Amino acid sequence: MSFFEAVRLALQQLRAQKLKSAFSLIGVFIGVTFLIAAWSIVNGMNTYMTEKFAGTLVGVNTFHVRRTPNFTPNVSDSVWRAWRRRPRITFEDARAVEHGITIPVQTAWWSQDRGTVAYGLKTTRQVGLNGASAAYFAIRNIKIEMGRAFTPQEDRAGSNVAVLGHDLAERLFEGRDPIGKTLRVNGLPYRVIGVAERRGNLFGISLDKFVVAPALSPIQRAVNPPGVIDALMVRAGSEPEMRAAMEQAEGIMRSRRHLRPRQDDNFALETAEGVLSFWGKIKRALLIAGPGLVLISFVVGGIVIMNIMLMAVAERTREIGLRKSLGARRRDILWQFLSESATIAAVGAALGVCSGILLSALLDAVTPLPARVSPGAVVLGVLLGSVVGIVAGVYPASRAARLDPVVALRQE
Amino acid sequence: MSETQEFRTGDTPLPDVLILTHKLAREYDMGSETVRALRGVNLQIRRNEYVAVMGPSGSGKSTLMNLIGCLDTPTGGEYWLNGQRVSDLSDDALARIRNKEIGFVFQTFNLLPRATALHNVELPLIYAGLAARGRRAQAEHALTRVGLADRMHHKPNELSGGQRQRVAIARALVNEPSILLADEPTGNLDSTTSAEIMQVFADLHDQGQTVVMVTHEADIAAHAARVVTLRDGLVAADQRRAA
Ligand SMILES: Nc1ncnc2c1ncn2[C@@H]1O[C@H](COP(=O)(O)OP(=O)(O)OP(=O)(O)O)[C@@H](O)[C@H]1O
Ligand SMILES: [Mg+2]
Repeated sequence: MSFFEAVRLALQQLRAQKLKSAFSLIGVFIGVTFLIAAWSIVNGMNTYMTEKFAGTLVGVNTFHVRRTPNFTPNVSDSVWRAWRRRPRITFEDARAVEHGITIPVQTAWWSQDRGTVAYGLKTTRQVGLNGASAAYFAIRNIKIEMGRAFTPQEDRAGSNVAVLGHDLAERLFEGRDPIGKTLRVNGLPYRVIGVAERRGNLFGISLDKFVVAPALSPIQRAVNPPGVIDALMVRAGSEPEMRAAMEQAEGIMRSRRHLRPRQDDNFALETAEGVLSFWGKIKRALLIAGPGLVLISFVVGGIVIMNIMLMAVAERTREIGLRKSLGARRRDILWQFLSESATIAAVGAALGVCSGILLSALLDAVTPLPARVSPGAVVLGVLLGSVVGIVAGVYPASRAARLDPVVALRQE
Repeated sequence: MSETQEFRTGDTPLPDVLILTHKLAREYDMGSETVRALRGVNLQIRRNEYVAVMGPSGSGKSTLMNLIGCLDTPTGGEYWLNGQRVSDLSDDALARIRNKEIGFVFQTFNLLPRATALHNVELPLIYAGLAARGRRAQAEHALTRVGLADRMHHKPNELSGGQRQRVAIARALVNEPSILLADEPTGNLDSTTSAEIMQVFADLHDQGQTVVMVTHEADIAAHAARVVTLRDGLVAADQRRAA
């Protein structure tokens, strides 16, 4: 019997017993759907993390000098307590590093907290308040859509000028021109001089609900104790330059802190890579849990198919006997039932591919999770599904093939 | 009475002897006891004979037919088909003989219910490895031979009992087997339809087909030129009539 003959026969069987077939498809269907959806999420997150998250939150070829790392997988309590005991980054620390680095770099001070911004009767809470230097916009790649960023002069003078995130400007001004208006940041008066371009959101959190003001302006009181900043941002022209600048910064900080060679740093130098390694840890966890779940649904799917096929063999014993009496060899019967179970699984896998792609699109549209279907997942899904079908079919098919024609024909 | 020559173990049958059984035995081991369905059947059937097998219920008729049809293997004795000793062939070799040499017609038709008459008749050709086009032509020819040219695309449940049995006969014939075996082919049919089916067998025999048929009814056995009677797993009588 040819391949097409066998597949046609299998499809005929599927059509004839729709309910049972639907049931037998479920395991593989769910497995493939899950595989594709989960893979899409990991894939989408990966793209997101490498292209957007790391780039926007830390910046390209940029490192931050901080008291503790910002993006950390859950650290132990003792480590956490040790971190809390570290000295903060002071204005003097920042100035020393800025002046000490001989490699050409851009630097910016940065402190951040959440606070309230009000204009007239409108108040917005939970706004990201940023005290930063003029270079902050360049390092963070924040484009100004309307008005301007503050100048180094305003920066040094600590002027009461502010740049708003796109969402915040929209909420407070509702389409009116915000430039030149005075609003209150945690009660402190600020003149709006610019609005940043929209940056979208990250895991459902808006990246546009912020205000940036010069680090030395009164916002300082809202974001940090006096004389202290969260981070000094340093951006170099290239990756090797960044590495060299990091070494210099580390040396400067260590000598300022009087650390002996054997002592660990009591500050952190964080790069986009650091953020990515955090993501890498999440990804690894997903990659361990994901295949486990996929495997379970495939195993269940295989068992279901095997049982359905055993039932089919029992029900069709007479047909098998008849086929044998007409000259079917063992391998013909084996082939017939194997192609049937493989076809069941392949159909299940195909449907799973469709629903997996749909589910991914839905997740991407409806939830904050970014999902992107990977062709690898589709190929693997179909492959695994069919392999499950064949493996599950082997035992029932070989039982059918070994049936004795007279015995099989006598069955009612 | 019998003109066939005495056969001894170690001999080979004469060329025109299509079927030869020698001390053919089939026992069923039932645990506590052994059922001896056939206890040494000696039988020679020549090409183009029409043999009716009769005997009381349980005398071993179906057992003998299953052995001759290579659906079953004997527990003792020899079976020669077409000059070939088949009693000890492999499973696949037996499948090939069932496919090429034997056409079997069952009392219960045994058609695939979801397949058309044409597809049912094509089945042996599929296992013979024929390409689709040749299969179709051959199956149509076989159906025409049994008078079903206008029912080829009907499914079994759209056919009468007689028509179903004709489909089964066409299926048995389609590979041009050496021998046509029928185990009570009219057992499920009324007397008019039975007569029609018997006519089909008679016509096939006239066209040169060798036929062995199990039956309970004497008037049906009357179609045959030779009647073999079994009793308790042995040949009790073997009578020939002038045609
Ligand atoms: N699979 C089997 N297991 C045990 N005994 C069997 C089996 N098949 C047949 N027999 C026994 O072998 C004997 C011959 O059976 P067989 O079916 O050949 O009879 P038969 O002549 O065809 O009868 P009938 O006219 O009723 O069809 C019977 O005693 C029967 O019980
Ligand atoms: Mg019988």
